Amino acid sequence: MELIRTENLYKIYRLGGGDLCVLKGVSLTLKPGELVALMGASGSGKTTLMNILGCLDRPTSGRYFFDGEEISRLSPNRRAVVRNSKIGFVFQNFNLLPRTSALENVLLPTAYTDGDLSARAFRRRAVEILQRVGLGDRMDHEPSQLSGGQQQRVAIARALVNNPRLVLADEPTGNLDSCTSEEVLSMFQRLNSQEGITILLVTHDAGVAAHARRVIHIRDGLLEAGAVETAAGHGAPAGGEA
Amino acid sequence: MKKITTTLKTSFRALRRNPMRSALTTLGIIIGIASVIAMVQIGEGSSAAIKQTIANMGANTLIVFPGAAASGGVTFGGGSAVTLTSQDATAIARDCPSVEAAAPMVHARLQLVHGGMNWVPLFIYGTTPAFLKIRDWPIARGRAFTRGDVLGANEVCLLGQTDVKELFPGGKAVGKTILVQNVPLRVIGVLARKGANMMGMDQDDVLILPWTTLKYRISGSAMQNQNQNASSSSSTVSTDQLYPETSQNLYPTPSSVEQQDLPQPVSFPNVNAIFVAVPTMSQIPQAIKEITVLLRQRHHLQPGQPDDFNIRNLTEISHALGATSKMMTNLLTGVALISLLVGGVGIMNIMLVSVTERTREIGLRMAVGAKPRDILSQFILEAIVLCLCGGVLGILLGQGLSSAVKNLLGWPIALSVPAVVASVAVSAGVGLIFGYYPAWKASRLDPIEALRYE
Repeated sequence: MELIRTENLYKIYRLGGGDLCVLKGVSLTLKPGELVALMGASGSGKTTLMNILGCLDRPTSGRYFFDGEEISRLSPNRRAVVRNSKIGFVFQNFNLLPRTSALENVLLPTAYTDGDLSARAFRRRAVEILQRVGLGDRMDHEPSQLSGGQQQRVAIARALVNNPRLVLADEPTGNLDSCTSEEVLSMFQRLNSQEGITILLVTHDAGVAAHARRVIHIRDGLLEAGAVETAAGHGAPAGGEA
Repeated sequence: MKKITTTLKTSFRALRRNPMRSALTTLGIIIGIASVIAMVQIGEGSSAAIKQTIANMGANTLIVFPGAAASGGVTFGGGSAVTLTSQDATAIARDCPSVEAAAPMVHARLQLVHGGMNWVPLFIYGTTPAFLKIRDWPIARGRAFTRGDVLGANEVCLLGQTDVKELFPGGKAVGKTILVQNVPLRVIGVLARKGANMMGMDQDDVLILPWTTLKYRISGSAMQNQNQNASSSSSTVSTDQLYPETSQNLYPTPSSVEQQDLPQPVSFPNVNAIFVAVPTMSQIPQAIKEITVLLRQRHHLQPGQPDDFNIRNLTEISHALGATSKMMTNLLTGVALISLLVGGVGIMNIMLVSVTERTREIGLRMAVGAKPRDILSQFILEAIVLCLCGGVLGILLGQGLSSAVKNLLGWPIALSVPAVVASVAVSAGVGLIFGYYPAWKASRLDPIEALRYE
């Protein structure tokens, strides 16, 4: 049973002059527990694909199944529910709320979660996750009081707070130095290997992609044949810059 | 429910993140509401003061006049019938629930003499002590006459300020005796100054005395002496004047000495008018109805027969009062609307800035599962919370302002609970209306674009 299956995704933007075809029939599958890197240069369509996979956007044609549900047919509100309960986002620029404590930042998605968990239960879980990412002693700090790596770890904790089926990380190390990048990436690897969380790393950096167990290359709106398996943790770049 | 509290918390947090801007935004509403509260309270105070003043002028009094007498197709004009009695006045005060007090009144126009001075006052009113209460006319010095004075037709009187000035150059009138048609009247009190009435007549040029004294001791008849005091000394028997065709006098004509020494028996205790006080102006129509029913019954009028009396009220004054308070209210409403509009535009402005500035936050919230509806309610709630805080602070400020005006300038103010309630409602409404557009704009953002916004 796959977590993600896309069939022939097309995305066409209607611009003033004519149509711009960004995705030209993308079909891929992701199994639960995978750590996959989506690699591509800017303009290759990887951001568009990621937006569709993250249920932020819908394809012009083609079908997208996520966790057994056909997302391409869902209304924006239903997609919001899917994003909230099943997908965690980690962004390049962290996107933490300023002047808000790390704990409150982690709790942000729970404000939009329907269900019978009490605020206290959410808080307990947020505290626990912050401890897991090594920020147990920084919970009351505001983003401006945290380093870049710490901020990204708060963002990862935020992505995990609703126990998602998939964590989507969009250039998670783009704003970090190499040392903290390594820290964050190994955290992703640990979450994947120890807790079985499915992670999709979107990057243009082969060094980052090398941390994944599988790399999917995208170029001009098409997946490149032969998705390469890499040995996780060994920094050998498995595919050239597309 | 949980959703609302969560959204409310989110809104509060968002406002706390930028306290300075929140405070400045609220300032518009604070000033708006404060000015409304202060205006309304000062306005209500003034309005009450105006109402009091107009009530002093006699706006809530009714005057019952006798109807017209007619003989052989010739009418003698309003007030010429001799149907109204002092018992009518007593009955009106006793039997009409909408009536506070009633006093009979007898007019005359006579000369007053004191020592070498003489004066003809504009008004001579023979009445009962209730009259002073009805006209809200305090005594400046001395005392008012009593019911006993009325029953005994005692020779006492109250003088208006103008008459005191004319008759007593020294100014001391209380305790002195004046002569009216050779009847000595002891001045037991001086009335407070009232000034001119609406027609420009000097209301202080007045002599007030028990109506029995005026009717039975001095003029002998109510109507006849009004404008012909020169002939009054010789015509004191009212029956002769009422029935002039009666050729034979049943009693021997008294000598002039006898006439002056003995009160004349008069068979018609009619009065010229009855003054009626009604507690509030709104009860005037009801009081008129009650008095009409009572008097028709007392005068044995058959259905279909016209009234033998007329009831007058001071419609002119009451209309003026109505127009004044309406204008006042409209003025205040206008001021309120303008200031709240300005405050609301300020809120909208800042909320729009806030939405633009927080585009990335909105994108993030949408990415992690906020529906457009959630964003909409969050921003509307932020605006409402801002406005409500502004409203509460504004109420306090306005209260302080009106208290300051009261203490410093001595203007009357009246606490207005409806104004406070309305202010809270209006400020929340302003938040809703002016917060809606920015919130709607925020909710329409595309999360992908918003997340990339720099």
